[in-house]
Amino acid sequence: MLRRPFFWIIALTIAVFAAAPRGADVELRESLLLAAVYITLASNLNLMLGYAGYVNFGSIVFFGLGGYFCVYFMGTLGWGLAPSLVASGAAVTAAALVFGLGILRLRGVHFALATIGVNEAVMAFVTNFQPWGGSTGIYLSTELFQPLGGPGPALWIIYYLLVAIMGVSLYLSYFIKRSKFGLGLLSIGQNEDAAAVLGVPTPRYKALAYSASALLPAVAGGLYFFKGAFIQPADAFDLTLSTEAIVITMLGGQGTIVGPALGAYLYEELRGWLLTSETFANFQLVVAGVLLLVIVQFAPDGLMGFFYRRWPRLRRIFE
Amino acid sequence: MSALLEVADLSKRFGGLQAVASLNFTVGEGEILGLIGPNGAGKSTVFNLINGVFAPNSGRVAFRGADITGAAPYRVARLGLARTHQIVQPFAGMTVLDNCTVGACFGRENLPLARAREAAHEAAALVGLEKRLEAPALELTIAGKKRLELARALAARPALLMLDEVLAGLNPTEVAHMIEILRTIRGRGVSILMIEHLMQAIMSLSDRIVVLNSGKKLSEGAPAQVAHDPAVVEAYLGDPGMVQRRPQ
Amino acid sequence: MSEPLLRVEGLEAGYGEVQVLWGISLAAERGRLTTIVGANGVGKTTTLRAIAGSLRPWGGRVLFKGEDVTRLAPHAKTARGLVLVPEGRQLFHTMTVEENLQMGAYTGRAARDYAARLEHIYALFVRLKERRFQRAGTLSGGEQQMLAIARGLMADPELVIIDELSLGLAPIVVHELFAKLESLKSEGLTIVLVEQNVHLAFSLSDYAYVIAEGRLFTEGPPAQLESRPEIRRAYLGL
Repeated sequence: MLRRPFFWIIALTIAVFAAAPRGADVELRESLLLAAVYITLASNLNLMLGYAGYVNFGSIVFFGLGGYFCVYFMGTLGWGLAPSLVASGAAVTAAALVFGLGILRLRGVHFALATIGVNEAVMAFVTNFQPWGGSTGIYLSTELFQPLGGPGPALWIIYYLLVAIMGVSLYLSYFIKRSKFGLGLLSIGQNEDAAAVLGVPTPRYKALAYSASALLPAVAGGLYFFKGAFIQPADAFDLTLSTEAIVITMLGGQGTIVGPALGAYLYEELRGWLLTSETFANFQLVVAGVLLLVIVQFAPDGLMGFFYRRWPRLRRIFE
Repeated sequence: MSALLEVADLSKRFGGLQAVASLNFTVGEGEILGLIGPNGAGKSTVFNLINGVFAPNSGRVAFRGADITGAAPYRVARLGLARTHQIVQPFAGMTVLDNCTVGACFGRENLPLARAREAAHEAAALVGLEKRLEAPALELTIAGKKRLELARALAARPALLMLDEVLAGLNPTEVAHMIEILRTIRGRGVSILMIEHLMQAIMSLSDRIVVLNSGKKLSEGAPAQVAHDPAVVEAYLGDPGMVQRRPQ
Repeated sequence: MSEPLLRVEGLEAGYGEVQVLWGISLAAERGRLTTIVGANGVGKTTTLRAIAGSLRPWGGRVLFKGEDVTRLAPHAKTARGLVLVPEGRQLFHTMTVEENLQMGAYTGRAARDYAARLEHIYALFVRLKERRFQRAGTLSGGEQQMLAIARGLMADPELVIIDELSLGLAPIVVHELFAKLESLKSEGLTIVLVEQNVHLAFSLSDYAYVIAEGRLFTEGPPAQLESRPEIRRAYLGL
């Protein structure tokens, strides 16, 4: 594994993320932080979308729930950051197992719609759940940054942790893809019935992939909302974010590992440009939607798919 | 010969149609059993009932002594029963080697990835695909895809291989080649249950034949015996009673 | 013997990637009833569909009245007098008997003498006349088959190709249909028939082709073929 170039390419990416903002202004760090969040969401989404072929439109529910658990543990129960993150990750993964029992029997369009249903149901629940602030949400006191050395250092710690989560996501995608489990997932994505006839334990594998795709976004959510010191249902369960994650994954190339990262970078650039442009500021999401349609119709393999077809030798280096 | 597969009193109804009715037959170790019958006789349904795609309404299926009636397809595969499809189902986006590796990973032996690749290699070589291992499955011809379907099932090292019209659409050279491959497979100890419309091929390959008509077993026995059974002849050639002798 | 009305040479066809016909050659003489027999799935229906044009042949030629019509669309062949009565009849179930017959006379060739031809058809198929305003879907199996043939005849064909006449019909109904075909034959119609029941096919046709595994197995006048063990071999391989 250590001999394969891609292992080191991921390591390099993490190093770049870690080193780049030092000595530069805060804007770069914030921009890279957002990119890291997108890459985390897209990479984990890819496990279901690119590998197993199941489109999870409501994947944001893991991010939002992770945020809520973490904010609750820290703000209301007074736990430290590390235990809160671990517990949030565990709680959301367990929740994913439960959701999975309900919806993984469905296929195609029905599954996709059901994932939206899960997100909306959780959002509705949280909006009416007083211990979690209901529709107003929860504010965190800035005192919570003190154990980390105050707001300034805390933001840096959070940044590095998010970069670490992004790195773990990329390595997770990589190891899964090269494992027997990953082969099974890919065969499910190609032809689920034929995979079952060959002995792939499809219910178990889908449940595993779905739960695995929840863990890291949950932790990332915990970090993200802790950083903002505020969480409310509308932000935590915003479907546009998971839709954007899908666009990113498909733009970069579903089923590849570089794809989500490449897509995230390009999408963030595009988004930044659109938001500052006078014509498109309000149409940013429309553009995302149109982009998704175009990709699905004409280039379902995304950019990496195009590169691999044009230069097959790239496959030996990248994944 | 001990019975590897036992089908007892198997029945299946789809709405108003009795697709399979009280079917009984066995497949022994090291045997090639041919399943024939006119179109719509229920042959593919029998396969689907055995490997768990549908659950029967009544009856029993036992494989290697274990009751597999209505068991999910992946469990049946784990026990050592592999199956190919009439319309081939390759993993189109994967290479030939990866396709076979899936078979090797999740079959009876539940091999780890590295060992599975070796088994996949062997299976691909057995059907003559060793030079196309890195080719994407979708680039193969129909003959190639049929061989891939076979290799993928073989890679799982099954005890029983169920073949659904594996010769359909092949030209005579390809048919002859495939027949040789099937004989080699049987020589390695894999039992075969096959559905086939190419009558000359299945009659020459099979040790025994079971004839199905309208979901029921019509006849059973050695190929020569079955081909001369008047009930079978009538099922295929039609009822001679339809003809009223008229003055010419 | 003059040039056959229909000549098929080396016909190859299939569905998607799967080749079903591997070079079929046959001929239908004018004024005769030629039959094609063979087991299920050997390519009988595929052959008819390739001749009629509803399936594009991959190779070979179809000659009708000496003209190469291989690549023509079905309606162009109908306009030249080659009509297919398809397997399963494929009637317009919600339309009446008469409307179905009207649909059969769609081409320009058929529009000429439409009224006279309709009367002629009704004279031949009295049962259809009795039910002319009845919905086709409510007819019995035999009547539906009759209607399918009649609809084909409305196009004023010289050659009628019928796919599976006896399927699902009682012997007495089949014989009634054959009697009608006989009288049409005596009026000069050429008929090609695919028939599931070998005995029936042989007893009623002038010439027979036996197909096995997408190829011509044997051919000849039925009297010569009937007794030969090859027929059983074509179906059962042994």
